Amino acid sequence: MSDRSGLDRRSFLATGSALVGAAMAGCSGDGGDGGGNGDDGGTAGGTASSDETVKIGVLEDQSGNFALVGDPKHKASLLAIEEINADGGIDGKQIEPVTRDPQSDNQRYQELTREMIDDEEVDVLWAGYSSATREAIRPIINRNEQLYFYTTQYEGGVCDKTTFAVGPTARQQLGSVLPYLREEFGPEIYTVAADYNFGQLSADWVKVLANENDAEVIGEEFVPLKESSFGSTINRIQEADPDFVMSMLVGANHTAFYEQKASTGLDVPIGTSTAMAQGYEHRRLEPPAMANIYAGVNYMEEVPTDSNTRDGGFVDRYFEKYPDAPYLNEEAETNYFSTYMYKEAVEQAGTLEQPEVIEALESGISLGTERAPEAPEGETIELDGATHHVDHHMWVLRADEEHRIEAVENRKIPEQFLTETVGCDLREEAEQTQYTPVDFFEEAE
Amino acid sequence: MANWLNLAFQFLDSFAFIVLAAAGLAIIFGIMGVINLAHGEFILVGAYATTLAVKAVGLPLPAAMLAGAVVTAGFGLVVERTIISGAGPNWVWERLEPRLSAALPDQAAAVLPSGPLIEPLYDRLADSMVATFGLSLIMVQGARIVFGNSIDQVATPFGEVAYGAFSYSAYRLVLAGVSVALLGLVYYVFTYTDYGMRARAVIQDDRTARALGVNTERTYAATFALGSGLAGLTGALFAPVISMQPTLGSQFLVEAFVAVVVGGASVVLGTALSAAGLGAIESVFSNQYGTFFGRIALLLTAILALRFLPGGITGYIERVRKRRRRES
Repeated sequence: MSDRSGLDRRSFLATGSALVGAAMAGCSGDGGDGGGNGDDGGTAGGTASSDETVKIGVLEDQSGNFALVGDPKHKASLLAIEEINADGGIDGKQIEPVTRDPQSDNQRYQELTREMIDDEEVDVLWAGYSSATREAIRPIINRNEQLYFYTTQYEGGVCDKTTFAVGPTARQQLGSVLPYLREEFGPEIYTVAADYNFGQLSADWVKVLANENDAEVIGEEFVPLKESSFGSTINRIQEADPDFVMSMLVGANHTAFYEQKASTGLDVPIGTSTAMAQGYEHRRLEPPAMANIYAGVNYMEEVPTDSNTRDGGFVDRYFEKYPDAPYLNEEAETNYFSTYMYKEAVEQAGTLEQPEVIEALESGISLGTERAPEAPEGETIELDGATHHVDHHMWVLRADEEHRIEAVENRKIPEQFLTETVGCDLREEAEQTQYTPVDFFEEAE
Repeated sequence: MANWLNLAFQFLDSFAFIVLAAAGLAIIFGIMGVINLAHGEFILVGAYATTLAVKAVGLPLPAAMLAGAVVTAGFGLVVERTIISGAGPNWVWERLEPRLSAALPDQAAAVLPSGPLIEPLYDRLADSMVATFGLSLIMVQGARIVFGNSIDQVATPFGEVAYGAFSYSAYRLVLAGVSVALLGLVYYVFTYTDYGMRARAVIQDDRTARALGVNTERTYAATFALGSGLAGLTGALFAPVISMQPTLGSQFLVEAFVAVVVGGASVVLGTALSAAGLGAIESVFSNQYGTFFGRIALLLTAILALRFLPGGITGYIERVRKRRRRES
């Protein structure tokens, strides 16, 4: 075992330091001291974070089950870091990214999180794709009171003093697409979701939102992550004959659902918080597998804001840095804008000391369309100081028969669960809890 | 009525999936005593070769599937010659070793291994597992490095069969037909061809077979290539319906290993009976209680089978036969 991880680590070091080197090459023009040198990107040097550089730890999957969706996050973090460094850094300090490949393995995540905190002494950490990963490393984060950004769209409810869960929550994602589909197609909903904490909690949210929008969940199924045969699931959907399906399927195996439902001729509209925006199924599968699927998301590459699509916009900059990258996904944008949120907070605090930076973040940071391409011209997204979540600009995006993406609705949706239902205020009380809808809504039971 | 049809289709689907997942593994395990933990990655080779043959070369899908199976068989042959039997490296070493010991000082030459570098992995279960597990890791990461985190996928052919409120993908029915044909073909190959005769002789007693003039080494190589080719065919057939990414092989492993364990030593009969039994259990439970319980029922059955039928279904049949013979 140790041999294997040694080997993987070494091969990763090669790519990792190459990336860091590339990032540094991009900013060498402005005469900074270059921050960390490329070699430092990989070794457990044990240097305390000096006053010269800002050490940002980035743990995103570049191999294993979540590599497809995790790799764009990694790339977008490095893009933001490169841009900030080229622009003079944070408060005049260059950023030194410290990256590793956690290989979609939660145990590896725990080891690397400890390494980032104890050996690398990073000033801030971005880590993890799945909710299971976040919950695996959060105890370590909490013990060390480490400032931590979790950027995946997720089930919601994390109220934690040092954690900033800045991706949209299930209530925001499903809350954008479900009411739209209710209006367009009718009140009867069938839910299919992945069988783990994210899928279960998302399905609870579908029930809560159905209740709020005068709709009804007439059937529900949880599918194990290893499953890739959907014959019986499709039969049950046909039997229930809903007005639309809500799909919170996750991961590579579950992608087979869309291909199989298309080849079975099931043409019911499908709302989703997981498909297309993360794993770009509309690019990978042949049309019409994803036809008539509606994604409720804060971002995907096709979001038609000017700062996203224009020449030299976000999409252009990403593919200029990574010409071979397949897609710029939802979470990549969240990694991107949250790096800028951190920059603003540090500059506001005037220090890298984490309690002060957290306090600055809690003062409420807002970003315009240039830093947060999900927001249209003239609009902003806000980091809510009380809950450490973001009030996002949410889009409903539909794929047609040819897999072209069209925005059918967009509006700003605030985080509501922690703010209104739970009443979490981290400025008043330093909690480390994840709240679930079951504790607050009868219909979620 | 409609639900009986649903159940029937789901049974055919499970049956086809289990047969296709297990066939290549069963042959390699049953005949060579090699547990191929890279089985899923042989399926990956077949699936990727098929998809790329359509997308990059422009072959029609059936030809691309055939190409996928052939490419995987060829790949299997290379693996057998280098890793499983070690014949390739040993051949090189045989020629290199005298020159090296001549060139090096005596003390250094003394530590060079003098015999063959690699002992064949036939019938060394644990060793073959370690070797093929390593191969599987290399292949998954290799595919990721070469082809990225996913490749574009081909669409499922044939459309659907509609009945009442329901419909089913016609292609999945074709898969069921193919799996039955495949069992027939494997049965034919092992009972009516010279190769099949030799292969069975080698299973029973490879020393005696060799003494009687069977080239056991060639039989082993051909068997591994055949098993690999079947795994490749599985990948080719499932290429349109599963997600094309480097870890796609892992979704076949549970069914494949469970089917081989439950089936027992006989390749064709064991695979057919265990696929029928497990397919029936899985489809009934997933039809009635959902996919999750279908999976649970499958694994519980495997545990019970291991406890009460340690030799698998065919091992049990063999035992009953022997007892009858003794009694009569």
